[in-house]
Amino acid sequence: MTPEPEAVDMLPRERPTMNAAAWIGVVVVGFWILIALVGSSLAPFEEGKLVTTFGYGPAGKITLLGSDYIGRDVFSRLLIGARLTLALALITTVFAFVVGLVLGFAAALSSGWLDTVLSRGIDALLAFPSIILALVAITALGSSIPVLVAVVGLIEATRVFRLARALAVDLSVTEFVEVARARGEGTWWIMRAEILPNTLFPLATEFGMRFTFTILLLSALSFLGLGVQPPLADWGAMVRENISGLLRGSMAPLAPAAAISSLTIGVNLIVDSFVRDYGAKADL
Amino acid sequence: MTEVLRIDNLWVEGRQPSGRYASIVKGVSLTVNAGEVVALIGESGSGKTTSALAALCYTRPGCRIANGHIALRGIDLLALDSESRRQLRGRKVSFVAQSAMAAFNPALSIDEQVTEGLHIHRLMSRDKALIQARELYLKLGLPDADRIGLRYPHQVSGGQLQRLLAAMAMSCGPDLIVFDEPTTALDVTTQIEVLSAFKEIVSQRQTAALYVSHDLAVVAQIADRIVVLYRGEVVEEGPTDQILKSASHAYTRSLLEAVKPPPLVTHRGSSGVVEHAAPGTSVIDVSGITAAYGRSDARTTVLRDVSMSVQRGEVVGVIGESGCGKSTLARAIAGLLPPVSGQIKLADVVLAPVVRGRSKEELRRIQIVFQMPDVALNPRQTVAGILNRPLEFYMGMNGDARMARVRELMDMMELPGSFVSRYPGELSGGQKQRVNLARAMAARPDIILCDEVTSSLDTLVAASILRLLTRLRESLGLSYVFISHDLSTVASFANKIVVLYAGRVVEQGPTASVLAPPYHPYTRLLLASVPKLRKGWLEDIVRSREATAGIAREVKLVETGCPFFNRCPMALPGLCDREDPPLLTLSTQQHVIACHRTASDLATELASY
Amino acid sequence: MHAIVESASPSKAGQTSLPKVASLLIRRLSLGIVTLWITSVLVFVGTEVLPGDVVELVLGQGATPESVAAIRKSMSLDRPAHTRYFNWLVGALQGDFGRSLAGDVAGTAESGREVAGLIGERLGNSLRLAGMTAAIAVPLSLLIGLLSAMFPGGILDRFVSIAALCAISVPEFFIGSLLVMLFSVMLGWLPAIAYLSDSQTLWETLRAIILPVLTLTFAVLAHMARMTRASLLSVLRSSYIETAVLKGATRWRVVFRHALINAIGPIANVVALNLAYLVGGVVIVESVFAYPGMAKLMVDSVSSRDIPVVQACALIFCAIYVGLNLVADMVAILANPRLRNPK
Repeated sequence: MTPEPEAVDMLPRERPTMNAAAWIGVVVVGFWILIALVGSSLAPFEEGKLVTTFGYGPAGKITLLGSDYIGRDVFSRLLIGARLTLALALITTVFAFVVGLVLGFAAALSSGWLDTVLSRGIDALLAFPSIILALVAITALGSSIPVLVAVVGLIEATRVFRLARALAVDLSVTEFVEVARARGEGTWWIMRAEILPNTLFPLATEFGMRFTFTILLLSALSFLGLGVQPPLADWGAMVRENISGLLRGSMAPLAPAAAISSLTIGVNLIVDSFVRDYGAKADL
Repeated sequence: MTEVLRIDNLWVEGRQPSGRYASIVKGVSLTVNAGEVVALIGESGSGKTTSALAALCYTRPGCRIANGHIALRGIDLLALDSESRRQLRGRKVSFVAQSAMAAFNPALSIDEQVTEGLHIHRLMSRDKALIQARELYLKLGLPDADRIGLRYPHQVSGGQLQRLLAAMAMSCGPDLIVFDEPTTALDVTTQIEVLSAFKEIVSQRQTAALYVSHDLAVVAQIADRIVVLYRGEVVEEGPTDQILKSASHAYTRSLLEAVKPPPLVTHRGSSGVVEHAAPGTSVIDVSGITAAYGRSDARTTVLRDVSMSVQRGEVVGVIGESGCGKSTLARAIAGLLPPVSGQIKLADVVLAPVVRGRSKEELRRIQIVFQMPDVALNPRQTVAGILNRPLEFYMGMNGDARMARVRELMDMMELPGSFVSRYPGELSGGQKQRVNLARAMAARPDIILCDEVTSSLDTLVAASILRLLTRLRESLGLSYVFISHDLSTVASFANKIVVLYAGRVVEQGPTASVLAPPYHPYTRLLLASVPKLRKGWLEDIVRSREATAGIAREVKLVETGCPFFNRCPMALPGLCDREDPPLLTLSTQQHVIACHRTASDLATELASY
Repeated sequence: MHAIVESASPSKAGQTSLPKVASLLIRRLSLGIVTLWITSVLVFVGTEVLPGDVVELVLGQGATPESVAAIRKSMSLDRPAHTRYFNWLVGALQGDFGRSLAGDVAGTAESGREVAGLIGERLGNSLRLAGMTAAIAVPLSLLIGLLSAMFPGGILDRFVSIAALCAISVPEFFIGSLLVMLFSVMLGWLPAIAYLSDSQTLWETLRAIILPVLTLTFAVLAHMARMTRASLLSVLRSSYIETAVLKGATRWRVVFRHALINAIGPIANVVALNLAYLVGGVVIVESVFAYPGMAKLMVDSVSSRDIPVVQACALIFCAIYVGLNLVADMVAILANPRLRNPK
């Protein structure tokens, strides 16, 4: 049976375009993930080993980036610290995402009271600048790793909630969702089969953005001395402990800060190539 | 005849998502003389808007002029630099966009925008410009001409805004005006005054006009010559009369055929409309439905006391203009919007008001198909995925049996089997609508609620969908509730017609009866407003009483009384605005009109045109 | 759904109900007040409803039963939580935030300095820092955003895009450190520590404050330029812009006469939100430069568990943040032409 004559526009499915900048981001991020996995074995010196007897030794053949405030090799500590920094940020982001996503979708598709309660509660948390909220929580609960993950995770979860809810609400009023409702489909099925597949794209970019904010917040807290506590050291803590080296021209405080920057720039380059226009939403 | 516009062998390319350029306009040539209206007719994707914009030497982002010659009063446009082109725009050639609401800046007053062209090209002082603007408003038949310009675009109605757009285009006294489907978004009753205003103003100043449209009937009213575009190429052109009477190209002929014959009957008795289905069990019974949106403190009542029924094998057409509540009716029947009062029965069993309260069987038997195929299909599901679900959900089908049934459905919809792996983004509008229908058919329903299913499709595509619907009905004994704002389509397709106005049923009955006198005054207005494929119809209609009484007043929702009161030429003040009109039952028993007037008052013939 | 009721006549004079704008503004204002109240509850709960015992944390090793009891009494810890909260809130509204636990020599929680006094001088410093940053960053970012959007894809635009991306990705302490490395260590022009005192000359104050201001400006400038650009580009995609172009308007006219008015709402929103961002950014910058502002005070107080100070600082910061968000929303409401000129 021949189809009736119509203009057939074969539109290829939209694919995210990756420009050159995005590939740079992929390389950088990939590099750090690799280091996080095998960095400990690549490091020339062990974690606590002193390579100079004085602090802030100059960069040289043996110590590529010099030594830190008590004489340890900065380069080695940088490689070893990558694991803690990335793992912590990743776990926190995943935690934030799971919580924010589930609550956001539930709020969007629920009948009313759940949405109101959740939205009001989350709005109250969103009324705090993230770092202030973190400081308040840490005052009460201290700075152990679980607390950090929970506090920063919940703070980021509020942003994820806002996005997930907005996406789900927008999609829930489309006609294909109405058709599903008219069919008699339950809320759970609609969320899984109709809504979720259409949110993967914006959620993926949001994951990237949340990851960078998590890294920045965690390292900021460590820099303030309220994050990761000694003897553990992530990159933020490394900047803190070596900050006096700044006045001596040492690389010790700058190297970990530069490492953080390279990672966040890399992720942002990737995320930006997916987002067609930057969008005027503030993300604080 | 002085030649104002000459386009020779125009080629325009558009950038594809892949990055390469493809031709949208392929070698189009046309001329427009002073005082002449040339219509560019074609369906979506034919390149008509792109060609018309070239007259302003403008291409939309992503497009570029690849080849050709464009001359405006002898000036070679493509040879000009951008500054010279800018100086021509608005001054020698201007543009009237399709959607007036979007074309006006919401933050600036109307006067400011209408006179802006004069300001840009330094043609007149501000005071003189305002005076001229007022004169234009008067000429275009706008109400309150002295003060309408002080308002902001969103404070003015769509039809008025479209005329204000024309005033803006006329202000610099251009040699050529390009109209881009300006009446497409308007209701058919508003369209009349807008069209006549355009015609008036163009002939007065002997301006040349290029009028883009897909609607042959509208074009017949306004154009001196017609140019037919198909897939970027001119397939036919000639004087309007000649094209309407003796078109030579097959495509033009198919377009003409697709324009339904005027649905008027001057005496009782059918004239080519579909025959009555044998009376049997009723499938759907709607009684006294009142439906509203919004919470109890801020409620808008959209339907008021609506009753109708659908028999087995019957097509009930529901017509009305935008906002009359016809889509709401479909949603109420489907259970998507619980009515405030009234009940709906499926085969004599009362249905729960919401989907949640209905059984799967009940839900299966009523299916709904929406207007916009783009948003009715989940872009992330393949055709197979979309069709599988109802089969699985209602019938528990799986595996090979399900695959076979999907194949069957594809055949039924005349879609190639290979399409099952495609995503909606890879289908055309008509194909998407067929998938939409297939999804409804998969449930083996008793009745399908078609909510404006052909309204956003091109004429030929819509015609093919209607043929498909007819075939399905004949072979499977389906019933339809066919909702549309297009009277011609409904008249040729439905057994019964329900006319909705401002949420109420004003008339209903067998098609032949509704289309014959006696008419409810609104039905009469509707019938009179459908453009005929005959030159001069527009002028006649404007002169007639129907038009002048109903024009320039908007729809009002009322609690009591007749909602059509403020537009009715036969209204009785003191009665029609205070009391709800009674139902007059006419001789065929099933034909009902809601009016205070008697049947004989309403029985005058529509003047035969 | 289409609007069903339309009217060609202007809105009637002497309507009994408030114009829509006013009621929206009032509603937003009350929402802001409620939000602020809820944050005060959260601050209080977050700091005083603890798993551990406040008192023992504060006293540490020197906790004797007597001193514990004394502190409990003076901190009113024997009273139920909601009473304490209420007292605290009432006090706060009058400017009395209690006494700092630091420098509490007698161990009675009554000899520390008044928190309000402590904060007073610091708040001024922080506001000065934020104010100078805003004064530089806002006009500059608007200009950059505007020019980028007017010539999209041009050299300026691409440069700005990349620079902005780097600036928002990078932690403030890195920018601060780099600036210190450059201007203090290598060039020796500016001090690394921001030392403020009353006896300084204006020039000395300026020298002390300029690096912190520059650091803060970097991030805020980048955020605002990007968002301004995005807002403007979004407006430039509207149909009425095409209408203006087809009328023969010049690029400048299109942007300044047509686009900008419609972009004011979103852009003002952007500005207010970024000023709110300063509330967070100021925390790191003050720490990097040891700048004597309220944020540094708060950080120090968190380390030493000086709860009254933490509560007060958090409350004030949140009030500013909520206030700026409120302003942003209200500007957005006022800038909507449909609301300004109702039917």
